[in-house]
Amino acid sequence: MGALLLAAGHRPRREGETNVLPIKELMGWIESTDLAMLISQSRGWFPALEMIHVTATTFVFGMITIVDLRLIGVLSRGSAVSDLYRDVLPLTWAAFVVAAITGGLLFISQAVAYSANFAFRMKFAVLALIALNMLAFRLFVYPGISKWDCAAAIPLRARLAGAISLVGWIAVVSCARWIAYLMI
Amino acid sequence: MVELASWLASLPIGQTLRRLNWLGPWPQIVHILANGIILSAVVMIDMRIWGISRSQASIAMARRFQPWIWAGLVVLTVSGLALILYAPRRVLTDVTFQVKMVVMGLAIAATVALLLALRPGKEALPGDPGGHRLASLLGTLTLVLWVGVTLAGRGRWLALMLR
Repeated sequence: MGALLLAAGHRPRREGETNVLPIKELMGWIESTDLAMLISQSRGWFPALEMIHVTATTFVFGMITIVDLRLIGVLSRGSAVSDLYRDVLPLTWAAFVVAAITGGLLFISQAVAYSANFAFRMKFAVLALIALNMLAFRLFVYPGISKWDCAAAIPLRARLAGAISLVGWIAVVSCARWIAYLMI
Repeated sequence: MVELASWLASLPIGQTLRRLNWLGPWPQIVHILANGIILSAVVMIDMRIWGISRSQASIAMARRFQPWIWAGLVVLTVSGLALILYAPRRVLTDVTFQVKMVVMGLAIAATVALLLALRPGKEALPGDPGGHRLASLLGTLTLVLWVGVTLAGRGRWLALMLR
């Protein structure tokens, strides 16, 4: 996907050719919308949104880490995984929604630069992997949870899902922090 | 504070750290991750106090997540000190940083008070509504203060932009 975006953005266009992926134009248009202009041209909006985005993401990371560490078997083996999962999920999703909305608003204010930023692209590639991992966990691991919910021995695939998620979220935070270092 | 910043800037460790450009954003990344661990550990304790979680007793929950708060705080402090040594003048003389430190001091005090209120033998039992109210209040206060610390971590830029 990243290579496709890059190709669409930098390929010299020939006469009469229809661009099937006018990503750069699209990003330019997004950046020029009233909402995007409001954020990019005011002094307070961007840092205020960023402050909320960082705090919400920090919280999401912390909450998911607790579940991941339980799945890996590092944390509190005495309690049921399903109880922890049910406790943690609603608040984590709520914080994720806040992070996504504020992140979306930050993105549109500099859509061209962000969409070309390597760390930004990596962040979303890792987020896609995390989403797949979560889907696989819900479909193939979670349905059989009653067999090992409180057991000391956690099946390998559950531990694997936890480890992928933990490493993935550390990578997301790392890439996110890296974005600013690659912005000019 | 300016003298302290100058003295810190002159220390060999600060100079060494500044020369370590390859560290790049890593101290910040570790700082953010440790912050996340503290926030979630406090929320896990709070959810039990508020009655959202029914999985464990409050005491057990506090005992379970207490080490995470302190371990997170150690990592937060070490990475935070590294960040100060990177640019002592810019950080220490900044008002938002000083506000953040005051809020963090209050957050740590509230955390200690919360964990004391939940220590074995002091648990808010169903027959002790006063104790439960106190734990609820301290739990909420602790969370609000820690969220405040996290927000303040990025507050310098906002303050700079609004100045």
